[in-house]
Amino acid sequence: MVTIDPRTAGRARPQGSGFELFVWYVMRITGVMLFVLALAHFSILHFLFDPSQESATWIATQRWNSLIWRVFDWTLLMTVLFHSFMGVRTVVIDYVHGERPRLLLMSALYIVGLVLFVAGTSVVLTLPDKVL
Amino acid sequence: MLLFRYRAREGMLAWAFHRISGVAIWLFVVVHVVDIYLVGGDPKAYNTILQVYASPGGRIAEVLLGAALLYHALNGLRILIIDLWPAMTVYHRALWYASWVIFVAVGIPGAFIILRPVIGPALGIGA
Repeated sequence: MVTIDPRTAGRARPQGSGFELFVWYVMRITGVMLFVLALAHFSILHFLFDPSQESATWIATQRWNSLIWRVFDWTLLMTVLFHSFMGVRTVVIDYVHGERPRLLLMSALYIVGLVLFVAGTSVVLTLPDKVL
Repeated sequence: MLLFRYRAREGMLAWAFHRISGVAIWLFVVVHVVDIYLVGGDPKAYNTILQVYASPGGRIAEVLLGAALLYHALNGLRILIIDLWPAMTVYHRALWYASWVIFVAVGIPGAFIILRPVIGPALGIGA
């Protein structure tokens, strides 16, 4: 049995079952998804196109003119929100040990995550095919 | 700097870079969802922010963001390989060096494309 030094690889797989093990697995699944989704998103918007042309009108009329790209970006949003907020949660658990500061930070973290979930989802769903 | 002070080996650096790049990407995601929300909520404000993204300083920041993304993605793959195939732990250093080879091979041309409007004219190849 090879034991894995947590500093040489990722977080050690949590023992038993339950929420922590669930998060551990979903971090890995969303990680693989992001390898494709996030790198593709960055490549499309920085290599195929250039930020100088990506105006609000361009997003409404070109980038998001088909359901496929809206679904793609919404899937990316859901994946990145889970992966990044659960990742920062791990950082908080590692460095913040007081019960009250941790509760405060976690609450703030989940509230910001929820706000981004709602804001991002609403703009993907409601952006008309013409702005300005 | 604490990171490099005392016998920081590859595994520890890989872990530290993963954490730093991860938190940096998280910060950008928070900003980015807000600016994309503005495409619907306040398109004029979004267009103003976009000028910052397209500015020389913005492009340098995007190269750093791309570097953080690429490192985090490649090292994440290395973590996954070791998780799924524990025998590969022996080769964790080789995997880390391999990820840097890919990082440079993809990152240099990528940085060039993003910075071309800034450095192109100076190199005499146009924006």
